[in-house]
Amino acid sequence: MTNHYIDFRNSDVILNMGSNAAENHPVSFKWIQAAKDRGALFIHVDPRFTRTSTKADIFVRLRSGTDIAFLGGMIKYILDNNLYDEFYVKNYTNASFIVNPNYGFDDGLFSGYDPNKRAYDQKTWALEKDENGIPKRDNSLQDPRCVFQLLKKHYSRYTPEKVTEITGTPGDDLLKVYKAYSSTGTPDKAGTILYAMGWTQHTVGVQNIRTMAMIQLLLGNMGVAGGGVNALRGESNVQGSTDHALLYHIIPAYLPTPRAQWATIEDYNKTTPASKDPRSANWWKNRPKYLVSLLKSMYGDKATKDNDFGYSWMPKLDPTQDASWLNLFDEMYKGTFTGFFVWGMNPACSSANAGKVRQAMTKLDWMVNVNVFDNESGSFWKGPGMNPKKIKTEVFQLPCAAFLEKEGSITNSGRWSQWRYKAANPPGVAKPDGDIMYELFKKVRALYAKGKGAFPEPILNLKWDYETKGHFDVHKVAKEINGYDLTTGKLVPSFGALKDDGTTSSGNWLFSGSYTEAGNMAARRKKDDPTGLGLYPGWSWCWPVNRRIIYNRASVDLDGNPRNPNRVVIKWDAATKKWVGDVPDGGWPPMGTEGFYPFIMKPDGVAHIFGPGLKDGPFPEHYEPLECPIEKNLMSSQRINPVVKIFEGGPDTFLTCDPKYPFVCTTYRVTEHWQTGVLTRWLPWLIEAEPQLFCEMSQELAKLREIKNGDRVVVETARGKVVAVAIVTSRMKPFNIAGQTVHQIGLPWHYGWIWPKDGGESANLLTPTVGDPNTMIPESKAFMANVRKVAKKAKS
Amino acid sequence: MKITRRTFLKVSGATAVGTVLSGLGFDLSPAEVYAQTLRIKGAKETTSICCYCSVGCGIIVHTDAKGKVINAEGDPDHPISEGALCAKGGSSYQIAINPNRLQKVRYRAPNSGGWKEVSWEWALNKIAANIKKSRDASFTEKNAAGQVVNRTNGIASVGSAAMDNEECWLFQKFLRSLGIGSGRVVRTRCNDQSLYRF
Repeated sequence: MTNHYIDFRNSDVILNMGSNAAENHPVSFKWIQAAKDRGALFIHVDPRFTRTSTKADIFVRLRSGTDIAFLGGMIKYILDNNLYDEFYVKNYTNASFIVNPNYGFDDGLFSGYDPNKRAYDQKTWALEKDENGIPKRDNSLQDPRCVFQLLKKHYSRYTPEKVTEITGTPGDDLLKVYKAYSSTGTPDKAGTILYAMGWTQHTVGVQNIRTMAMIQLLLGNMGVAGGGVNALRGESNVQGSTDHALLYHIIPAYLPTPRAQWATIEDYNKTTPASKDPRSANWWKNRPKYLVSLLKSMYGDKATKDNDFGYSWMPKLDPTQDASWLNLFDEMYKGTFTGFFVWGMNPACSSANAGKVRQAMTKLDWMVNVNVFDNESGSFWKGPGMNPKKIKTEVFQLPCAAFLEKEGSITNSGRWSQWRYKAANPPGVAKPDGDIMYELFKKVRALYAKGKGAFPEPILNLKWDYETKGHFDVHKVAKEINGYDLTTGKLVPSFGALKDDGTTSSGNWLFSGSYTEAGNMAARRKKDDPTGLGLYPGWSWCWPVNRRIIYNRASVDLDGNPRNPNRVVIKWDAATKKWVGDVPDGGWPPMGTEGFYPFIMKPDGVAHIFGPGLKDGPFPEHYEPLECPIEKNLMSSQRINPVVKIFEGGPDTFLTCDPKYPFVCTTYRVTEHWQTGVLTRWLPWLIEAEPQLFCEMSQELAKLREIKNGDRVVVETARGKVVAVAIVTSRMKPFNIAGQTVHQIGLPWHYGWIWPKDGGESANLLTPTVGDPNTMIPESKAFMANVRKVAKKAKS
Repeated sequence: MKITRRTFLKVSGATAVGTVLSGLGFDLSPAEVYAQTLRIKGAKETTSICCYCSVGCGIIVHTDAKGKVINAEGDPDHPISEGALCAKGGSSYQIAINPNRLQKVRYRAPNSGGWKEVSWEWALNKIAANIKKSRDASFTEKNAAGQVVNRTNGIASVGSAAMDNEECWLFQKFLRSLGIGSGRVVRTRCNDQSLYRF
């Protein structure tokens, strides 16, 4: 999130789209309600009428997978009716920038497409620069090649009629949402977007979110209280695990993973974002300091200037390698891996096309499964259709402590790192994850110290001294993450102190300041609220530098005065020459004097309405899901996103517009369960409340298929099938899509064969192996299925 | 006045407790609140944060004199949740007292039909040996183009957003030291891009 949970209450219009906040983030609803109590408008857009919809002032439906069409229509509405925040758009975004003359868009394809590679050459999407290397602008926004005019042209095609045909949303409903949301385009109003996996899990997932980010920029809603782009993340520390880079493409704090073409630090640093504009802070120019400080925290004294701080010990990706989830399991299925860690996860149920994943696991020599409860991944070898005698995989199932049985911090969606304490001992011989990995590494290191082995340097030279009296000490890691001044041995106060000469360390520059000489900031419990906005700067700690609302320099005018005097995030005090309020995005004076542009993490200093960095285009464009109910994309000749990777063969099948699978299907969650259910299916209260897999469908579809409420039904796709209990409900309705009736069904993905015994299987046996081209997040929210009643067994 | 356990404790010394009369003609809520306090009387309070979604609600865990978890409830001082918890957070103490918890280290041998209980020492030694064997067999110093990659191609890893920050950081350090880090670390299917990132 750019903002945080309590900040919802500062909003005037809240759009919840691609999420069911009341069901999946119930306590967040406290702050939606607080906004409503102040008179704010709450809008819910979803294929289903849900618990969230019951509280909405405006609820409208759309077909799964058509969000860009819906939001593209909103962009057109904002532009056609001059509802954008002109000051903001001109000063704080790249709307006035001039785009390369060879940029173009025709019939669903941007310029530079190579159909053989299914990829774009992005050269023609570049922004033009003048002879000094500074972006060219037309501040009148009239130049036909400026971003603003290209935006207008691109979205002129998203007429209400066209959007209705694609989404199935009636024209009046569209207009209601467009009108309400675009009312936040004035400085005294703020609109926020709360989204979740309903937006991300699509082959256009990144562009779904980008479309909304563009709307937020047009309306001046970024950096302000009650605004922002806010992902309601699904797991308690998914933010922290991202920040600490349990991912293939980044190393801690969003530094790119070293790749083969960058053999040395010097090569790596050549890719440091650069700007020649003296008005751009370009914060990423500090990246070399963060890299060297990270290497010092990895290898300690063994990282020296002479050995490039151990940079060569870091593993490197091939130049364009994508090692993300779907590719990982594709390779596992083909037998690439002998070993596999499944640590605090359950891919046998959580992965798209879970049937393929379960088969892939049979190809392994060994698997380490660390969890609080038994799960379908650790016990895959005895699952449905498996013959243990034929499965060679050794499995180690290691019991770990639950959250209340250990000490440490987790980071919520609002970037608040909160410390929690140990309340009890774990049961049996279970240990905290940290203790397990700490001891395991010592065993591995001993083997490499004793005998020969491949490239032992990174193992032997790793700094691994996080223990007190022979036991793993989580505080020592928390301090390592914060970082040290290695000359004085003191903890650094913030990332401002980090250097690229090896005299400082920091395991994660964004967390510098989280555990300083003043103490453990994440453990703070002060309730002061000096701004009155609910920022609570003395409660826990928030990255970066305890800044609660990111990009807050965009909330003020060129002189540092708040554009909305009623909700002051920061304000320049001319007398003391200091900012007051939230921690500003850099302490420089206001932009109108000698300060910098507000979006300091962007090389140009302004936000990107035109985004030349994504693989599938600088402007979001509607494409149909890989599996969809209509043969032709009504926007262009490109039915699906032209750069998605198609997995084919074996368990990777898909069928679109096939009469065998006529219904749009989606997956979701319920309040009483979490993810694959490993931490909820075993809890008696929760499993009693939601005991089994169900499939929701409309009364119209139930009539068509002669299904009654409570019947057992089979839901089937080209990949697999599950048995569920039918819930026939008016919460689901058929759509009218381009003149034809399209039915939609949906089911939760919390279940699995291991427990409870009659609870049903994972809905991910149905979902396809296909991902967004930028992130490879799977398309679990829109695919095609069939549903039919389970035939009653003949009486004997 | 809305009576919670805390406010009840604060005002119960006074007689001026606001009363909302029930159908019985007398107010049950102070008695109900008092009854709740008996269950956790003398218990130790430990603050925690919920393990489920990303809202980050405050939880107070109660343990008895023997250190057993007897209750978990919303932390009224927490500025986001203000004492509220959803069905999951409110049930979370059942994780601690659950007979189905994994309590032993288990090993499944190749082609075997069941688990065997083993010691930590045995399991960690065998896993370490497996890691070394897989790593040594698949370690790649240079790729096909002759560029240095120093990467282990034969081990994959997934997980986890359910670990603490310190554990996440330590885990990436562990994996990257083995050469797995850049090749194969992946988190969860559902969050690969919903992150807020720089």
